[in-house]
Amino acid sequence: MGTSVFYVVAALSIFFSLMVIFSKNPVHSVLYLIVTFFTFTVHYVLLNAQFLAVVNFIVYMGAIMVLFLFVLMLLNLNKENEPSKSNLIKVVGIIAGCCLVVTLIGSFKATTLSNPLVLQNPDLGLVKNLGKELFGPFMLPFELSSILLLTAMVGAVLLTKKEKV
Amino acid sequence: MDISFVIEKFILVAIIFGISLLIAMYSTYAERKVAAFLQDRLGPDRAGPFGILQPLADGVKMFMKEEIIPANSSKWLFMVGPGLAMLTACIGTAVIPWGSPITIGGRVIPLQVTDINVGILYIFGVVSLGVYGVMIGGWASNNKYSLLSAIRAASQNISYEIAMGLSIIALLLVTGTMSLKEITEQQHGWHWNVLYQPVGFILFMICAFAETNRAPFDLPECETELIGGYHTEYSSMKLGFYLFAEYINMFVSSAVMATLYFGGYNYPGMDSMAVWLGPTWAPLFGTFIFFMKIFAFIFFFMWVRWTIPRFRYDQLMHLGWKMLIPLAIANIIVTGLVIAYIEKF
Repeated sequence: MGTSVFYVVAALSIFFSLMVIFSKNPVHSVLYLIVTFFTFTVHYVLLNAQFLAVVNFIVYMGAIMVLFLFVLMLLNLNKENEPSKSNLIKVVGIIAGCCLVVTLIGSFKATTLSNPLVLQNPDLGLVKNLGKELFGPFMLPFELSSILLLTAMVGAVLLTKKEKV
Repeated sequence: MDISFVIEKFILVAIIFGISLLIAMYSTYAERKVAAFLQDRLGPDRAGPFGILQPLADGVKMFMKEEIIPANSSKWLFMVGPGLAMLTACIGTAVIPWGSPITIGGRVIPLQVTDINVGILYIFGVVSLGVYGVMIGGWASNNKYSLLSAIRAASQNISYEIAMGLSIIALLLVTGTMSLKEITEQQHGWHWNVLYQPVGFILFMICAFAETNRAPFDLPECETELIGGYHTEYSSMKLGFYLFAEYINMFVSSAVMATLYFGGYNYPGMDSMAVWLGPTWAPLFGTFIFFMKIFAFIFFFMWVRWTIPRFRYDQLMHLGWKMLIPLAIANIIVTGLVIAYIEKF
């Protein structure tokens, strides 16, 4: 049953991520992106990673996408000012797309199908185990990344602050 | 998964859903009665004795009104908005433990739809999704006032979510678990978390007011500045959904506050009551106590609404970012230090 659910959800995630690209209206794109993230949450639940699932739910769906939508709604007040794309940009876009396809094909040819990763502990994704893991063996990288985030936050606050003359 | 389990859960979900709708319905009546009481008026008293049929009359009115979809709106999203608001308001009830397990005919039934071990985070996630109904509806209306209101709602929601999350972290330090069932069981008798986390509770409550868009934080519906706010263009039952969702949100956040900080279905002297009432009626009495707590919180929501004037927008942001968040962080640090001290000695 788990596998069939996975295929259904995976098909949905691919479908909605394609809709993100193909919809003309940026607000619709963001809404499709939210649905895509929701399907990711379902994937995490299927992998028994409850904490990641719910954090994905809160952070990506509940906070970051709200900000995306917020910015788009602010910018989208008048639709006429969208700049028309010149031919040069279109040509550049096509070249860049072809480069991406070549790279992707190359990388797919290089990879071989690895054995499915078997976790020693299937309950690793539960909050308690994940917390012990993060604050035990991975203490230093975890703290370093949090300092990195704090630095970014302080930087952002500093940028928005008006300079006092 | 046997069939009786499915039936049991289905009945429980149906009951909880019905109760939340009923409470939301009568909250509209209670709100008008409370407002009338606080302003020395009578309030609705025409439909039925003491006006208790007023919510039904309002509901019929909502259904019978003409439904208008603005010509230049995005029609799909215009319809999705109120539905989403209702959905996110209702799904929060799934993880709340409504009572201790009840024994009916030799079968023990937990009065909780599901006990996921990240219950608090689930509630938090549902709360953070709640703003989408307002944002999508406000944007799809294609009305500048609605759009402004949607943007206000988004920024308010995000700002107060941070303080809310931080106040929950302090609570988690005390409880050591995220499962709402275990948190409620820890508060057996009178060991309510509010005694250990008074500052955290006040922060959480202020944020709950802001997250449910209730006065004094109802800036997305500020009539003097935004006509009707995000639901300016809505009519008929779509408007009804938005208004209804607000009351369900109020009910759910009252239930969450009662669960997290006021002991849920626990009350002093519950052990002797459990012996006296037996395994069927004692949990039901606990549920009754729980609902009394919820009603007290709902009354408090209304009391505040009809007492305190609305914040100005800059005051709202100032309170959220410069007062609540530092206070919440200080609360975490103090809680952590105290716990470390107790564990050491």
